[in-house]
Amino acid sequence: MHPLPFSLQLLNACAALLLLLSFAMLSQRRTVNLVNLLAVQGSLLVIATLIVAWRTGQPHLYVSALLTLALKVFALPMLLHRLIRRLNVWWDTEPVINPSGTMLIGLLVVVFSFGLAQPISAVADTAIRSTLGIAIAVILLSFLAMITRRKAMSQVVAFLSMENGLFFGAMSATYGMPMVVELGVALDVLVAMLVLGVFFFQIREQFDSLDLYHLESLKERD
Amino acid sequence: MELILLLGAPVIGALVLALRGDRSYGPEVNAGFSAVTFASACALAVRVVSYGPLLLYDEQFVIDAFNVFLVALTAFVGLTTALFSRPYMRVEVANGKLGPGRLRLYHSMYQLFTATMLLALTTNNLGLLWVAMEAATLSTVLLVTLYRTPASLEAGWKYFILCGVGIAQALFGTMLLYFAAEHALGSAGVTALLWTHLAAVKGQLEPTVVALAFVFLLVGYGTKVGLAPLHNWLPDAHAEGPTPISAVLSGLLLNVAIYAIVRCKILVEGSLGSALPSQMMMGFGLASMLLAAFFLWRQRDIKRLFAYSSIEHMGIVTFAFGMGGPIANFAALLHMTVHSLTKSAIFYAVGHAAQKSGSQLIENIRGLVTISPTIGWGLMLGSLAILGMPPFGVFASEFLVLTTAMKQQPWATPFLLLALGVAFAAIFGKVQPMVFGETTARRLPHPPALLPVFVHLGLVLVLGLWIPPYLAAWYHDAARLIGGP
Repeated sequence: MHPLPFSLQLLNACAALLLLLSFAMLSQRRTVNLVNLLAVQGSLLVIATLIVAWRTGQPHLYVSALLTLALKVFALPMLLHRLIRRLNVWWDTEPVINPSGTMLIGLLVVVFSFGLAQPISAVADTAIRSTLGIAIAVILLSFLAMITRRKAMSQVVAFLSMENGLFFGAMSATYGMPMVVELGVALDVLVAMLVLGVFFFQIREQFDSLDLYHLESLKERD
Repeated sequence: MELILLLGAPVIGALVLALRGDRSYGPEVNAGFSAVTFASACALAVRVVSYGPLLLYDEQFVIDAFNVFLVALTAFVGLTTALFSRPYMRVEVANGKLGPGRLRLYHSMYQLFTATMLLALTTNNLGLLWVAMEAATLSTVLLVTLYRTPASLEAGWKYFILCGVGIAQALFGTMLLYFAAEHALGSAGVTALLWTHLAAVKGQLEPTVVALAFVFLLVGYGTKVGLAPLHNWLPDAHAEGPTPISAVLSGLLLNVAIYAIVRCKILVEGSLGSALPSQMMMGFGLASMLLAAFFLWRQRDIKRLFAYSSIEHMGIVTFAFGMGGPIANFAALLHMTVHSLTKSAIFYAVGHAAQKSGSQLIENIRGLVTISPTIGWGLMLGSLAILGMPPFGVFASEFLVLTTAMKQQPWATPFLLLALGVAFAAIFGKVQPMVFGETTARRLPHPPALLPVFVHLGLVLVLGLWIPPYLAAWYHDAARLIGGP
């Protein structure tokens, strides 16, 4: 077995760190730290994009890296920090499942993701042998975090982390989507966050809290 | 040229109405922009019918038999809903339910929503299709929460999160499709997400990757269609938002999401050469029909009742597209048309009925026919039409779906009949006392717009009795394009 080129080793290291961060986010209860972890995840995404851009020499990937840097490392975390301050939501309540249980489920999720990525990796000639599995794992772990969290703020951070996982998948599998699509997706994410900001204020004005416990009255009644 | 006007008119409309939407002439301006959109959609349809499919602007847009009919339908229902919303929103303002700021938001987002749907329908780029679908969600979230009641905030949050998560799956599916396309096309870059290019090489796409992509795409866009078990957001969003929005969500957005699935299915089927996509769509379709039919019994809110009915009908359409083949596709396309026309007509009637009774609860709406015969009969005829009574068009399409199922998928027939029967009993039993009997309703400060209700029902009636030959040829073209096993 011949050793991987250095750039691919770096990419794999990024992927491993991303996975680690997902687990950290799964167990973190302080919302400020969650947002910081999200920003770190964003910067890893920037590094991964730069590595791929350098390896393949595709100029549009540099633009994409810049976009990720502006949006996911600076704009969104800043927006979320401001929301946390203005709305005064520093802590999440106890998650639905206890942390160790969540971690165990998370482990199973990772195994499942690698299984799911197997057939795709088999036909891949790009740098994705292991990274695609990790991208799927990050997506599904964020999904798990959304299910187990009760506060609106933590759910949103998990949602954004899922978006990061998707971008990492796109990066490692296809060297990024076409520019027009990437711009469109970035615009959608930004607008989504603005809508959410408005939405948070509406929820708090109505219920005096961001606990999703209040949002459980619309159910099918007998 | 028509395309620029088609997409440009609602965008400009959104900007103008964001500034001036609260003026006394706001609703008319809204309807005016929708009329321009409809006119350009008609011009586009005429061009495609006479000259065949179009590829425009560096192949970024494709207009063929399949989507041009949906573009025309979307623009038409967009226009009639704008006409209906004129008196409806004036009554809401007179009742003190919203102020000028929110009226501006409503009108502006209404136009933006139309623009995103039309972009989703006309784009040739699967990535842009995704972007437009997500934008359609975002533009309607704040409309669902327009009244700022606790229930509407909950509905909006559910809508945002569930559709956001769902649509993220669809993005992953799109990405996998892109991955497969890059393999087949070589390093094609920008063109590898163009539907026409993918359709040209669909036989060479890697089957394992494409199969996985389709699972993600179906689950993702299926969330927006409201397929069971991903339908949770749909009844809440329909019930809590303003009624014109319920009408366009139900009549148009669900169609656009189905359109996205079918576009992907054409590619995937060509690549796999197996029945997997068909079977998955049939399974999801039947599950949605059955689940919705039984949930119909438990509804006490009139708008929730018809929201579940939409889930049921989307199930029928998904099932029919799943069966595939010229007849089933024809039936599915016809059903999309008549469902969209009938369901929006019902929502118009229901909206005014709820305003007259001051409540959306079925038990509080009684004897519509005595105070307002037009609303009462509109609701009654609309309900009969949606339940598939002849001679309305829904009967024709459901009959076609049923007979095709008997021939091609006999195992599904009992389930189809069961779902249709249960839905009939549930809806008819609830609507009948609303229309007839003693009344408690009152007059409205603005005369309701009932013309759209009867125009829609009239069209559905015509489609049930006689489909004009050019329209039939059009459906046949589209059905052939979609293909199937």
